Amino acid sequence: MTNHIITLPLLVNLFISIILMFYWRKVRLQKIVSVAGSVLGLAVAILVFIHVYQNGTQTVASGNWSAPFGIVLVGDMLAATLILLTAISALAVSVFSTVAVINARLRFGYFSVFHFLILGLNGAFLTGDIFNLYVWFEIIIISSFVLISIGGEKNQLEGAVKYFTLNFFASMIFLTALGILYGLAGTLNMADLSAKVSQIDNQVLVEVCAILFLVGFGIKSAVFPLYFWLPASYHTPPAAVSAIFSGLLTKVGVYAMIRVFSVIFEMTPFLQTLLMVIAVLTIFSGGVGSLIQNNIRKVFSYLIICHIGFMIGGLAMFTKVAIAGVAFYLIHDIIIKTNLFLIAGLIFRMKASSSMRKIGGIYSNYPKLSLLISIPLFSLIGIPPLSGFWPKISLIIASFELKHYWFFGALIFGSFITLVIIARLWSRVFWKEQPKMDSNPKFNYFYQLSKFDKMRFVLPIVLLTIVTLYIGFGAEHIQEISTRIAEEIVNKDLYINAVLKSS
Amino acid sequence: MKTIILQTASNYLLPVLLLFSVFILLRGHYLPGGGFVGGLVAAIAFVLDAFANGINETKRVLKFHPGYFMPVGLGIAFLSAISPIVLADLPIMTGLWADGSIPVLGTIGSALFFDTGVYLVVIGAALTIIFTISESA
Repeated sequence: MTNHIITLPLLVNLFISIILMFYWRKVRLQKIVSVAGSVLGLAVAILVFIHVYQNGTQTVASGNWSAPFGIVLVGDMLAATLILLTAISALAVSVFSTVAVINARLRFGYFSVFHFLILGLNGAFLTGDIFNLYVWFEIIIISSFVLISIGGEKNQLEGAVKYFTLNFFASMIFLTALGILYGLAGTLNMADLSAKVSQIDNQVLVEVCAILFLVGFGIKSAVFPLYFWLPASYHTPPAAVSAIFSGLLTKVGVYAMIRVFSVIFEMTPFLQTLLMVIAVLTIFSGGVGSLIQNNIRKVFSYLIICHIGFMIGGLAMFTKVAIAGVAFYLIHDIIIKTNLFLIAGLIFRMKASSSMRKIGGIYSNYPKLSLLISIPLFSLIGIPPLSGFWPKISLIIASFELKHYWFFGALIFGSFITLVIIARLWSRVFWKEQPKMDSNPKFNYFYQLSKFDKMRFVLPIVLLTIVTLYIGFGAEHIQEISTRIAEEIVNKDLYINAVLKSS
Repeated sequence: MKTIILQTASNYLLPVLLLFSVFILLRGHYLPGGGFVGGLVAAIAFVLDAFANGINETKRVLKFHPGYFMPVGLGIAFLSAISPIVLADLPIMTGLWADGSIPVLGTIGSALFFDTGVYLVVIGAALTIIFTISESA
């Protein structure tokens, strides 16, 4: 019976969104069901995590078709951890959405699509079949298209078109790569592919195929030459939507890269060099791009890109220490980036603007809230003992061991430029005197909200900040989990045996 | 575009096309057909009716807003997907089959319910799109 546990995160979210679709127009009820569903989702995710933590990798052969033929759901440590983090972010964003997204938008089925997005993410983390991964990606991008364009404001649609075009293009490249891979190996199960890909005579074609996967996932995870859609679109939708996008959508691309390049393709020196170059350039261009922005959400958007580079570089080194660093950074980054965009939404509600030139004085108006916000900002920079510091140790150790001094330099550069950007943001938004600004009589400012509404704005940020603090101060536990993930990733036989021998 | 020929023809075509869509739905397990194609045929039947008699008339025939077909269909598919977990302790989406066969329908299995769910979702989605477009036009 326990066998079914890893299917539960999928079933819960599907069930919640079906329930929500019945109550299309009843916004109040939708809010209650969505928050309750997210709490249930979190409980299930914790259950899955504990189960996988205690019993090792779990597999379910859906439809009872055994491994190389049917679609297998594989819950290993990486998948279980990501599902848990997804559930935490989903709960925070769901609570935040009940007050930060206007009812006119909620009436178009916002919450139902939101839970479909979470379903898609969980599915992508769980599946052990490369074509099924593509299908989950489709579910994710279709849901995200709806979320990014719901409401239909002019600049929002402009962002949505850019987002749509490039993500669609990425899916096309991913599908092409899949077609070539299936033509070469004749199977789609990732564990089965692993053995067959290395026996193919035409290894050049395999390498071309690997590059196609890299481009497809690279667009989705916003790495160096392919990231332009992200800052062009992430600042347009409501803050709650961009929070879940920034926390999870680019990370699912990173996850797919980790999975594909650890299980299916061998890490050839060429691929490692390519990934390393991409990583260094991503860190550099994301950091510099962020420096010149004025809109808070654009600053954070470029920081996403900058920090994706850390993970890609860790993946390129592909040693146990490096992958442990990547896993730790992934855990830290999902929570912190979701939190950042929620904070951007809160600042917008306080000041009715996201432009750093126009706003200021938050520290004197809201001292306690500023103190709360400072914690995630300091974690983002990586000031010890907060959460951003620990993964960088692993990454720096790995880069020294392998003599990747360029990446070491990029890491230091990335950390310092983040420090500069956040310090600038802090002094401009929090410490600077409020410049003269006409208050908008139609705008519902934060201080005008009822106590219950204020709670719903602040509680998700508190929740995510507590998780961040735990990641920082309980780093020993997180490091243990990351090391286990790294062990499973580096020894791909563990994954292959779990999938192929169980059935 | 209200012509008496189309109106008279659609009155007969609506039930015939719906019956045909059910035929395609049931045929689908081993032969070409299934819930998706069946749902499209049924949606076309209603679209034809809407062309001939106007959208309000078709909405009256449907009784519910087509948007509600989607959650109902998804619900049926969801139940059929989890039925092996609940009933037989088998992995999700395993096909369960009843003993013996029933005339016309053949052997009943959980796949039939899954296909019925798809059928309803397709009708709901297609009609919602078309009704929304023609109402806003």
